[in-house]
Amino acid sequence: MDKILRIDMGAEGGPKINVTPLGEYAGFGGRAMTSAIVSKEVPPLCHPLSAENKLVISPGLLSGTVAAMSGRLSVGCKSPLTGGIKESNSGGQAAQVIGRLGYAAIVLEGKPATEDLYKIVINKDGVKISVDNSLKMLPNYDLVAKMKAEFGDKISCISIGPAGEMKMNIASIACTDMELRPTRHAGRGGVGAVMGSKGVKTIVLDDTGMSMRSPKDPEKFKDANKRFVDGLKQHPVTGQALPAYGTNVLTNILSEAGGYPTYNFKQGTFAGASKISGETMAELETKRGGIPTHGCHRGCVIRCSGVYNDKDGHYLTKQPEYETVWAHGGNCGIDDIDSIAMMDFLDDNYGVDTIEMGATIAVAMDAGIAKFGDAEAAINLVKEVGKGSHLGRILGGGAAVTGKIFGVERVPVVKGQAMPAYDPRAVKGIGVTYATSPMGADHTAGYAVATNILKVGGFVDPLSPEGQIDLARNLQIATAAIDSTGMCLFIAFAVLDQPETFQALLDLLNAFYGLELTGDGVVALGKKVLSMERDFNARAGFTSQQDRLPRYFSTESLAPHNVKFDVKDEDLDKVFNW
Amino acid sequence: MHIKINLFATLRKDRFDTDQREYPAGTTVLDALNDLAISESEAAIIFVNGKHAGPDHVMLDNDTLSIFPPIGGG
Repeated sequence: MDKILRIDMGAEGGPKINVTPLGEYAGFGGRAMTSAIVSKEVPPLCHPLSAENKLVISPGLLSGTVAAMSGRLSVGCKSPLTGGIKESNSGGQAAQVIGRLGYAAIVLEGKPATEDLYKIVINKDGVKISVDNSLKMLPNYDLVAKMKAEFGDKISCISIGPAGEMKMNIASIACTDMELRPTRHAGRGGVGAVMGSKGVKTIVLDDTGMSMRSPKDPEKFKDANKRFVDGLKQHPVTGQALPAYGTNVLTNILSEAGGYPTYNFKQGTFAGASKISGETMAELETKRGGIPTHGCHRGCVIRCSGVYNDKDGHYLTKQPEYETVWAHGGNCGIDDIDSIAMMDFLDDNYGVDTIEMGATIAVAMDAGIAKFGDAEAAINLVKEVGKGSHLGRILGGGAAVTGKIFGVERVPVVKGQAMPAYDPRAVKGIGVTYATSPMGADHTAGYAVATNILKVGGFVDPLSPEGQIDLARNLQIATAAIDSTGMCLFIAFAVLDQPETFQALLDLLNAFYGLELTGDGVVALGKKVLSMERDFNARAGFTSQQDRLPRYFSTESLAPHNVKFDVKDEDLDKVFNW
Repeated sequence: MHIKINLFATLRKDRFDTDQREYPAGTTVLDALNDLAISESEAAIIFVNGKHAGPDHVMLDNDTLSIFPPIGGG
């Protein structure tokens, strides 16, 4: 990973490849790399779909090594959804493969003058770019099947579906998993639309003939990895709960805690929660011959995913994540698990963010476009997006656009991006993260739910404004650093509770790169990433007024605890005071 | 007094999903855990009426007690 692959899609005579050394970006990976390149090279006032925007794809610092959990990929750009900087993160095989192919980043620049659609193939022999208009408007599963037929089953794919080609704000970028299925997505912020604007349908990766990246100190690295894996297996969340039930184990607890946004954030508990819970889903998957415990990339030891089969025992989709089940489930008043799984498949196939799609449908339901609880109508709305009908194009604009067009007053977005599956009034720490993250409303940017609800990393009362600023600040810093390592964020459950597992993570980085990094160094990296991102947003026109939740969260109470979001504005402005 | 008990994830094994039980006045969360043969370390997250509660919490008639093992997601 000592070079950057730049492809100018707008070069005269066709796309031009330029491989450069890391230069000033040495020492960066993942989110640090994407945010560094975007903040330095992209004009903050550019249109996100213009030639001036860049799509930066970067494996983390440890991706491509044998380190467990190191398969996360960062995708960065100026976001069409938020208008600010974006880092969207995905699992799947791509990060490991790009790392082994030697690239610290792939940067798509410029914009083709024609409507041609390109595929990019990267393997040990180099990079080939060709026009392939036969791929136009193919959904992700069909696209991957076609690439498999052409290049064999040793490949991994990064791709966009029809939503990306139509440059929708909610378009995702898909990454294939171990079974070569396009199930893992850089979902948030419309990164798929930026890839579509570059005219790139897919990047086909093949690391055949390449070897694992080798550490500077192999013995120390091996020892650190063993301690790291032991720590993950020993912690009850990463060692037992996530493997057994997946992320959807959260449905019941959030509904019990009164923080489960239901009917477009109107109440905090959902009567149908148990029907769509992780417990129910795991039982159903086992009964139908699916798999309740499955990793999204090689080297994953938590294995929080699974395989969801339909009623006849045939593969339908990967195990839908908690956020997806919530967005298409309780938030839309839907308690039919098969319908939710169908929408998960459709979202992956068309290439849209499951959170934004579900949140948008709930806003459309508030507008009377469909009735809350009507699963068939919800499925049809997702299909409208896939077809690109006029209604579909509106919904494809996301929750904020849909709310404006249909005259909906209560639209749960920050910086134009829909809130995920925790009501900020009843889980106030995550409310601070939603408000202040440079990404817009994003639970993964500083997952205060861990400490507010799950009692991981201590306990801060979710219903009180006290302590939430410090919590969200520290978690945002830690997350920005973890997102730069290529590590799955779920390692945080063990790292927050077990100092020896955090040390093992530091030792992995130190043994690989020959560093003397300490906890303070990790904090410094996190702060640096956040500072670059906030600087970009400031130059793009963002002020503290964008670091706020929609007003109704402060003025309207949420049942059953009858709470409002009461963290003071002046305190929100202190999150990044360091 | 009348207490509704909800159990989740692994705590349901060999027990139940939801049950109604009668306890004497002054019963604490810890008393209920003992009755259910759930150790304090297994009961990582405890809610009484949807609010976090500790083992010493004294329950009242018609309370709902929800108990979770260590879980995470996101």
